[in-house]
Amino acid sequence: MVFPTPGGPLQALDNVALHIRRGEFVSLIGPSGCGKSTLLRLIADVIHPTKGAIEVRSAPPGRARLAREFGFVFQQPGLLVWRDALANVSLPLEVGGWGRRHTPPHRPEELLELVGLRGFERTYPRQLSGGMQQRVAIARALVTGPPILLMDEPFGALDEITRDHLNQELLRIWRATGTTILFVTHSIPEAVFLSGRVLVFSPRPGRIVEEIEVDLPLPRQASIKDAPEFSRHTAAVRRALAGGA
Amino acid sequence: MARELAPTSAPDAPRAVPAAPSARAQLVRRFLLPPIAFIAIVLLWQAIISIFSVPPYIIPTPASVARTLVVQRGVLWINAVPTIFESLGGFLLGNIVAIATAVAFVNSKTLERTFYPLAVAIRTVPIVAISPILVLLLGNGYAPKVAIAALITFFPTLVNMVQGLQAADAQALELMHVMSASKSETFRYVRWPSSLPYLFAALRVASTSSVLGAIVAEWIGSNRGLGYLIVLTTFDFRTALLYSAMVLASAIALAFFLFISILEWAVVRWER
Repeated sequence: MVFPTPGGPLQALDNVALHIRRGEFVSLIGPSGCGKSTLLRLIADVIHPTKGAIEVRSAPPGRARLAREFGFVFQQPGLLVWRDALANVSLPLEVGGWGRRHTPPHRPEELLELVGLRGFERTYPRQLSGGMQQRVAIARALVTGPPILLMDEPFGALDEITRDHLNQELLRIWRATGTTILFVTHSIPEAVFLSGRVLVFSPRPGRIVEEIEVDLPLPRQASIKDAPEFSRHTAAVRRALAGGA
Repeated sequence: MARELAPTSAPDAPRAVPAAPSARAQLVRRFLLPPIAFIAIVLLWQAIISIFSVPPYIIPTPASVARTLVVQRGVLWINAVPTIFESLGGFLLGNIVAIATAVAFVNSKTLERTFYPLAVAIRTVPIVAISPILVLLLGNGYAPKVAIAALITFFPTLVNMVQGLQAADAQALELMHVMSASKSETFRYVRWPSSLPYLFAALRVASTSSVLGAIVAEWIGSNRGLGYLIVLTTFDFRTALLYSAMVLASAIALAFFLFISILEWAVVRWER
């Protein structure tokens, strides 16, 4: 993947090949600017690859986008500040009349409950904390029941306590919905805690330097982070990151 | 964003509202201080007249202005009506054209590149210089006054509206793309609502400047309106009536301003 920039072409990704199985939780980790987010945006059909091909459920990303086969959670919540929490969650049902043409798998109220925001339906984003706003964004991404959830450093802007809490919630949501999750992060413990597989990227141009299977048992509690197996995995990721640099 | 960095008491608690001053202090600030300031200025006005013994044809006393407002209410009202209609007409015309132009600019970079400089150029021509030209073009009726009031409101609204339509959250726009939203949906769901605070900021400015535009337009080639009355009474040294016309003109502008503020309060609910 090459971007034209004022300083000449910039190669963001090089020779990346990966295959993600249905229902998997895969994390992409790597140094800043290694193209992790670029890969996610390629999959989401926000940008187009200069070379190579991507298939989402055996179809080009553009088709998957039109069919709403993925939900996207950004680094910032990106909520519409003039809509209350419930109206933000139901936005994907309104756009393109999706809700009229399909039967949504969950009601927006149920999703707010799933992300732990019952009682905040009528609250506007500015009255919610950063963590709560991100929960609304997750509920919004899930409202059309997409088989895939793409998450671009969704908890990167949050403090560690909130982040740990939301990590646990996300695992619970993942198990409850069976969604395939592709998760971009900067945090080694976060990647290990959440994923079944961690893909480690080299600095620009991004390549996958190592693939680390995380065989920690599910469901995982926060206490697992103190266990020696957990440290073994984080050490492996750290070594791979150092090797790629 | 500062919002995400703000410390919260509990890790994931609703954001705390900053401690508000007591309800009484708020009421005093809101409803008591402005009248006090007004009374102070009237007293100062009276004091200047008394101390320097200013003759009434230079500055009338506050009492005589108040009396004129009541006694001459017929004359004042007859002249206020056309000014009100011209301001309202100009306000509507200028803002509608400005909003439409801003929407066109945001949808087409070419249009923006071509016509934005022209819009700026129009702005740099002084209103006082344009008004005789428009009177020549449009005659003595309402038309040149409405045109000038429209012209004066057009530019601030255009600039703010262009900025407002472009101020939409980048992430929200990307989200609309991911949801395969059409251009008109993106406009309706994201761009238009996020421009409203900018629009209302411009409308508040326009609400008072449209009255100003109408009055300036009435200075030449008209025989009705508060602008006409102001010029006439200046030359006749009917200073008390001149001041009354001024008071009435600012009361009209203030009423427009209040109306827009109330409308903003009702529409832009999420900012309160």
